[in-house]
Amino acid sequence: MKNLFSGLMIFSLLSLTLFVAGCSPEGTGGKGGSVSLQGAGASFPKPIYEKWMNEYGKVNNGVKIDYQSVGSGAGQNAIIAGTADFGASDDPMKDEDLKKAKGDLLHIPTVLGAVVLTYNLKEVKEPLKLTSDTIAGIFLGEIKKWNDPRIAAENPGAELPDTEISPVYRADSSGTTAVFTDYLAKTSEKFKEKVGTGKQPNWVQGVGVGAKGNDGVMGQVKNTPNTIGYVEIAFAKENKLPMALIKNKAGKFVEPSLENVSAAAEGSAGNMPEDLRMKITNADGETAYPIASYTYILAFREQKDAVKGKALADFLWWALHDGSEFAKALHYAPLPEAVLKKVEGKINSISSGGKSLREGAE
Amino acid sequence: MSKTGTIGDSVFRTILIIFAATIIVIVVAMIAMMVQNSLPTIREFGLGFLTGRRWQPASDIFGALPFIYGTIVSSVIALVLAVPLSLGIAIFLVEQAPQKIARPIAFMVELLAAIPSVVYGLWGIFVLAPFIRSYLGPVLQSYLGWLPLFQGRLTGIGMLTGGMIMALMVTPIVTAVVRDVLEAVSTTQREAALALGATKWETTTIVLGNAASGIAGAVVLGLGRALGETMAVTMVIGNSPQISSSLFEPAYTIASVLAANFAEATDKLYLSALIEMGLVLFLVTFIVNAFAKLLVIRVARRSGAH
Amino acid sequence: MSNEAVHNRRKLISMVMTTLTAACAVIAIAILTIILTYIGYKGVAAINWEFLVETPKPVGEGGGIGNAIVGSAIMTLLASLIGLPIGIGAGVYLAEFGDKWFGSTVRFVADTLIGVPSIIVGIFVYTLVVLPMTRQSGFAGSLSLAIIMIPIVARTTEEMIRLVPKSMREGALALGAPQWRVTWNIVLPAAASGIATGAMLSIARISGETAPLLFTALNSRFYNFYVDQPMSSLTVQIYNFATGPFEVEHQMAWAATLILVGLILVINILVRMFTKKKY
Repeated sequence: MKNLFSGLMIFSLLSLTLFVAGCSPEGTGGKGGSVSLQGAGASFPKPIYEKWMNEYGKVNNGVKIDYQSVGSGAGQNAIIAGTADFGASDDPMKDEDLKKAKGDLLHIPTVLGAVVLTYNLKEVKEPLKLTSDTIAGIFLGEIKKWNDPRIAAENPGAELPDTEISPVYRADSSGTTAVFTDYLAKTSEKFKEKVGTGKQPNWVQGVGVGAKGNDGVMGQVKNTPNTIGYVEIAFAKENKLPMALIKNKAGKFVEPSLENVSAAAEGSAGNMPEDLRMKITNADGETAYPIASYTYILAFREQKDAVKGKALADFLWWALHDGSEFAKALHYAPLPEAVLKKVEGKINSISSGGKSLREGAE
Repeated sequence: MSKTGTIGDSVFRTILIIFAATIIVIVVAMIAMMVQNSLPTIREFGLGFLTGRRWQPASDIFGALPFIYGTIVSSVIALVLAVPLSLGIAIFLVEQAPQKIARPIAFMVELLAAIPSVVYGLWGIFVLAPFIRSYLGPVLQSYLGWLPLFQGRLTGIGMLTGGMIMALMVTPIVTAVVRDVLEAVSTTQREAALALGATKWETTTIVLGNAASGIAGAVVLGLGRALGETMAVTMVIGNSPQISSSLFEPAYTIASVLAANFAEATDKLYLSALIEMGLVLFLVTFIVNAFAKLLVIRVARRSGAH
Repeated sequence: MSNEAVHNRRKLISMVMTTLTAACAVIAIAILTIILTYIGYKGVAAINWEFLVETPKPVGEGGGIGNAIVGSAIMTLLASLIGLPIGIGAGVYLAEFGDKWFGSTVRFVADTLIGVPSIIVGIFVYTLVVLPMTRQSGFAGSLSLAIIMIPIVARTTEEMIRLVPKSMREGALALGAPQWRVTWNIVLPAAASGIATGAMLSIARISGETAPLLFTALNSRFYNFYVDQPMSSLTVQIYNFATGPFEVEHQMAWAATLILVGLILVINILVRMFTKKKY
């Protein structure tokens, strides 16, 4: 038993050695040309990012890209604090937050997503039709029952139950919320005034249930009758949950299809600013789905580590070209051609020591 | 004593002192970190932070009351459910059951404490929440629906679910301490009571009377544990900063808001508000635990004197 | 009322109360059984070899938790390597020299630390280690776990050493042995099995912790053996799976839970078997 304690002493010495040995070789994070990148951020694009990284890993054995969906706010924090090599956010960063970054932070749109309203109503067979006013009413707590005349008016013939509506919103700070509230604030003065916009707006107290992540909202709606929540389209499709048709600016009820989401981006492509930060909710166009948005990867233009920086730039290029097929399969709309051209320029501007890391590539 | 002995002694002692001091350093650093980081909100809101009912990070309005309310109410639910159960178990194990049965049962109750919080949360989401939504909730509403406590929507996710999950987690802890306290009461008391013709239960009540402050200590200790419970509660309480009279409504606790939002807080004041709540939680659990210890020690001392 | 009636009534009350307390015990056991059975039933269905060795894959393509098992093992081991020596050392101090003001202070502070919610420990380490390192890491996760472990180990160690009979050390001291030799060669070996028990239980405890890992170790999709990189763990993985929207992920959550709870139960039962003689 005496040995046990001498052993402990040796153990603690060992632990120190282990720790030193356990650190990854500095710089590129691996030997034999292997690179690992750490990304963190929005949960909105998590399925497609994971798919891309997995597929990219197959064609480029040496590149390991990790992505943790911690939320858009946490993604912005991670790139600013430097705890990740790239961040991800659905909501373009605010000017004041951009100033905190030590360097020129690029916004790279990767795909287009749509926020859909999904609900748990066994009685309703046809897709529910909603207008921005009814949605705002539900989330303001003014429309309390499913058979409210305001909902019924748009859904003739639907068997709306006489039960209380239980809206589900994101309790955590979320880019999905930012898109959703941006849309409602654009269309409803009252919503703008009472709830406002942003990643974590001022939800009316006592109305609705908060849940964490797209995941959490989805789970809540899926598991609870009479709920309605807003989530990224892939989550709803993956779970075969019903998705409401939304009345767009042109007055048409449109479904959240990839074509209709792209239509929203296409129409506004000409107005895209140089830094690519842009919102496309309530867009013009006959078929434009009104609650759509870009989702961004955040990366520094000037990369400290050239090897990592090049891996990131190459990955982004691959994702936006070869990867677009995977995006469609997972219900994300690829960027329209006009936007893609601008994004290519951004990716090519990623540099290290003033030298573009994409030089010599295709 | 030889010279090597004294040198050896002082070296040995110094090493041990360093180890022991590490604990103090950790706690002091922890407090310093929290105080420093919560200064912005302390300066901005003062005590109003604790009484503010509005939590609107988007507009820089931070009131911690909904979280304090959620933490306290969910803990109270946990105790209301767990304390009678724990007392029953502990009395059964110490006073009633024969050793042969008591030992394995005691072990099984201890195992309840060994199950990780996240596992309780998982079980809560997929078993307890649906159970409350479909069975317990409707029953409570049909019999006690006139109470504001049981009105409102039934989603299965809310204050009651959080409290019940916590009750499961607190039960083994309260049971263990009550057992220790009961065992500390000297057997001569029991024998004397039995010799006077008291029944088993009457003997037990005498023992309970003597152990009262220790039992109170156990309850307070359970409270301390419940206040700081994080993962399981985060997964089932609904995470909505509201103060509602209904136990079916979602709520939020301090520990859950830290788990859900700490990484997300981009704004300095927001981060500070979260950390100040952490500080409040720290101080409260600290006071509660110290108080509990005091109560339990009193029983131990008293019985030692017998 | 006759004497006999009173007597019968008292006996009846006593019996009723015995039944009630027994019922409490039955409830607790029933809850444990329900939870464990449910985990077993749900978990077994999703466990297979691929699940145990693979890394997570995009949703719907299978994948597993091999990296989470390895990550949990590494972090638990590293936390033990940091926490056990400090905890045991502090415990020895408390038992052997801890009767003065410094000892009582340490004891008090240790008890305080035991009561600190583990999420606060996570935030502390995030500020202390993650931000300066500019990276979440297995090391930061291990450190959080070690901080949770230290006061628990210290207090159990102290208790175990105090159980060693005074006569043992007095004998050795009388023979002129210096105090440190007495502690090292006589007291510690005598208390070793008790200390080991406490250590094992604290290892079981930290292997189930989630909250302190959320911001410190984060998670990872890959097998990772470098402790300065983000590291996956069973508990964080279970949390992510459980709160996810996908049915396949829920199944994986149960399977991962079965493994985690299985391990923790095995440790607890083993410890119980070893210490059977003592209690």
